[in-house]
Amino acid sequence: MERLKQSPLLRVEDLRKGFGDRTILSGVSLEIPRGSLFTVLGPSGAGKSVFLKCLADVIRPDSGRISFDGRSLDHSDSEARMDFRKRCSFLFQSNALFDSLTALENVSLPLEQTTTLADKEIRERSLEALRQLEIDGFGGHYPSQLSGGMQKRLALARAIVTRPELVLFDEPTAGLDPLRRNAVFEMIAKYKRQFDFTALVVTHDIVEALVASDRVALLNEGRVCFEGTPDGFHASGNPVVQAFRDSVGSLESSLAAIRTEPRTIS
Amino acid sequence: MTRMMAMLHLIGRKALDTVFGLGDYALFTGRSFSAVMHSKRMWKRIIRAVYEQGTVCLPVILIVGLFTGLVLGLQGYHVLSRFGSVGLLGSLVSLSLVREMGPVLAALMLIGQGGSALAAELGIQRNSEQIDALETMGVSTHGYLVAPRLLASLLVFPAQTALFVVIGFWGGGLSGSLLLGVDSGVYWSSIQNAVESRDIRECFLKAAAFGLLSISICAYQGFHSHRGGAETGARAVSASTTRAVVFSSIMVLVADYVISSFFI
Repeated sequence: MERLKQSPLLRVEDLRKGFGDRTILSGVSLEIPRGSLFTVLGPSGAGKSVFLKCLADVIRPDSGRISFDGRSLDHSDSEARMDFRKRCSFLFQSNALFDSLTALENVSLPLEQTTTLADKEIRERSLEALRQLEIDGFGGHYPSQLSGGMQKRLALARAIVTRPELVLFDEPTAGLDPLRRNAVFEMIAKYKRQFDFTALVVTHDIVEALVASDRVALLNEGRVCFEGTPDGFHASGNPVVQAFRDSVGSLESSLAAIRTEPRTIS
Repeated sequence: MTRMMAMLHLIGRKALDTVFGLGDYALFTGRSFSAVMHSKRMWKRIIRAVYEQGTVCLPVILIVGLFTGLVLGLQGYHVLSRFGSVGLLGSLVSLSLVREMGPVLAALMLIGQGGSALAAELGIQRNSEQIDALETMGVSTHGYLVAPRLLASLLVFPAQTALFVVIGFWGGGLSGSLLLGVDSGVYWSSIQNAVESRDIRECFLKAAAFGLLSISICAYQGFHSHRGGAETGARAVSASTTRAVVFSSIMVLVADYVISSFFI
């Protein structure tokens, strides 16, 4: 907890992004504490993935300022952006694994292309990453031959093999059943602790996120409506937070209302 | 008047889009070549690209080369026999193949098989965020995905063209000598007398130029398949693959005319 009090690893100020006439992000400001598991919550279409892709430099924001470890990631400063890319990894919602490469080749790829390590060391580090993620028996398999959970772990192995300080997770639990959602958050928390990286997760899975995270933020209509601890989120009187929080129990109340309605058979 | 203005607006928009597209394509190709300097473990990727472009296209090159030679021999024999010049069949077949048909047809076959596959592969990689993943890793996407293919094309296109031409000679000989009775020695010595080193230079220059042009166009279309306007997903990949084949085939014919005009 002591480390959370240090200067933020990532600072976002007034980030704005639109596509044509549609505004997606309208002035997002956040600070991601070093060593934390920070979750950005929000309903579908709130701009969470766009926010994360702006941070990862996949999408260029219209305006705003992003600083990593105290250094501004200005688009004219290619050295700072390259340094950021070396110290940051991105886990895509779709995993974005290379289907023409084996699991071992997928994990080796960032080391082969961005470091000057010898082939032997690259192989050792890649095998080590596969072993730590408990998929070391599948190095010769192609991603299509692995289950969904194993693909997720393979994508995480590829993300951590470069030993990043920050890992960005884009909807890591999308399309998974509740058991697997728990397992994914457990995996993030476990490996965050093991490899000592800062994790920034965007998701709409409120239950798992509030249990696993150190801090949460709620993004709604391109703005941050809440930022604080999970306890603070539970206690918040903010109407948007309340609506999002209550949406978990809304199915039960909606069904109860439907059950009390009189049957109308024509 | 309003209709006229709308038409002028449309023409202007299309012209601007074309100029923007050409500039963007030139930058893409330039970036891919400059990435050669910074890319790591390039040889492995070049060998893989040579295999993908070369081996996969080999059967179609052999078949089309053989039948082109057979048809040239057949048609050439009937035209030349009217003038009593069947002894020049070898010259006709060889010069047609070396100067024009070999480089052009081999390039079109390679575009149909290797170029379309490249555009589709890059389109799918764009669609499934694999290219974005490379960018987030700090990997040069031009250096990793495009540059090895461009360098491989400089080797594969001339080699496949040479193979196409040699098989075509053999096909011409097959129909001329074996089926139509032209003396085999006359046929092959006519080839030897007709083809000069200048023709071979032209043939290889065309093959290399067609290779660079077509592979860069196919790579550009696949790489930017997400810019296809309203089309997304599988439709965007399909549209970009079609554009890749059509544009590169047209550009091969345009380049053929330009290079030929310098050599004549």
